[in-house]
Amino acid sequence: MTWLLLQRELRLAMRRPVDAGLPVAFLLLAACLFPLGLGPEPEQLRRMAPGVLWVLALLASLLSLHSLYAADAQDGSLDQLLLPPHSAWRLAAVKALAHWLSHGLPLLLATPLLGLMYGMHSDSLGLLMLSLLLGTPSLSLLGNLAAALTLGLRNGALLNLLIVLPLSVPVLIFGSGAVGALEAGLPVDGHLSLLAALLIGALLALPAATAAALRIALI
Amino acid sequence: MDMLSSPPHPMTRTHRFYTYAAPSRFYALAGRLLPGLWLLAAGLAALGLYLAFFKAPTDATQGQAYRILFIHVPAAWLSMLLYLALAFWAAIGWAFKARMASLLARAIAPTGAGFTVIALLSGALWGQPSWGSWWVWDARLTSELILLFLYLGYLALVHAIEDPQRADPAGALLALVGVVNVPIIYFSVRWWNTLHQGASISLTAAPRMAETMLQALAVMSLACWAYAFAVIFTRARGLILERERDKAWVQALSKKGQAT
Repeated sequence: MTWLLLQRELRLAMRRPVDAGLPVAFLLLAACLFPLGLGPEPEQLRRMAPGVLWVLALLASLLSLHSLYAADAQDGSLDQLLLPPHSAWRLAAVKALAHWLSHGLPLLLATPLLGLMYGMHSDSLGLLMLSLLLGTPSLSLLGNLAAALTLGLRNGALLNLLIVLPLSVPVLIFGSGAVGALEAGLPVDGHLSLLAALLIGALLALPAATAAALRIALI
Repeated sequence: MDMLSSPPHPMTRTHRFYTYAAPSRFYALAGRLLPGLWLLAAGLAALGLYLAFFKAPTDATQGQAYRILFIHVPAAWLSMLLYLALAFWAAIGWAFKARMASLLARAIAPTGAGFTVIALLSGALWGQPSWGSWWVWDARLTSELILLFLYLGYLALVHAIEDPQRADPAGALLALVGVVNVPIIYFSVRWWNTLHQGASISLTAAPRMAETMLQALAVMSLACWAYAFAVIFTRARGLILERERDKAWVQALSKKGQAT
């Protein structure tokens, strides 16, 4: 059942390749704007790269939240999907996983290219990818909750922004902080452990919260 | 005296507490308390400001500028406590389907956001003379700013949902997720700051205060509390009238012309 749900989500995402490509296109374009706006000094760019890429990853993960549950709610399939017992939790988890696969993973794959554009060293780049790997699933889970809370509302996109951004501050801090610590010659285990801890906490709490939000939205 | 010395029957006591969960009774109770609360807030504020501006001594290092502390500290304190109160009442309202608790949470949110703005603005005004800059990315300032965003997120969500049946629990869920996150955000921001630039400015190392300063601060805090209660009850009364407008007791009130 879980597998079927995931297959369905991914197939739906594949059917709209333009939508699926949106986060990567956003990331590439926005990342090109920073050197244009800040000047091309390599040292400055290299220093700012982890922060810039993390902020962009955060913004890119917000892009298509609004449509996460909207189509299913519109054609009534969401009501059907929520009928079986304990299905809301599973649906929320699968949606978050699918969102991460279609948004977080492409981002992760595009990061080396951008890191090289910013002149990052290879060990910093590896750590940046590791921190993104640990951090972006938390962002997908948070976005999932926001999407369920704002399901069917008119200004949902703005609301998602207001809900997700404050809550994602710790992920952003530890994610970009890990690379900063490495470049400052400090140990990075603490940052990565905290990112992993945040991910575990998010995995335990947020699908359940999203399930509750879905039930509230469909009263 | 006999009435006071005889212990009240337990049944009647619990009954009395839950009585005010009914919006109509809460409306009446808050209406009776309000004049006193406003009076208390005004009196305490007058006394507190008098103590703060005329009695408290000038600070040895910061001169007169430190006096903004008497507004800044109570506002910052209340901004954090009110978020806890908001989450508490929203959760009660969601868990027990208590309309009044959800209304109270809604009434608390704008006041909490207001105190957060006051704390941030007064902090900026205080930072300019003492640190030489309006804004520093200090851990406390940053987490206060994020607290403001949490308030705004809650407010935006409950205002965007028209159906109160959905708005109240959705807001409660968001407030609960927020309240769990507040300590995580605070500590992450603190760590982020110490990691990057070290504690160049520490707000925690407060100089020891003179007696009159403490008194003025205590009175100003009580004034802010009284003001918060007064304004929250006033707003709660407005929300009750709005939500219960089809009920008989509100119609009766408006006929009598006392609904204002």
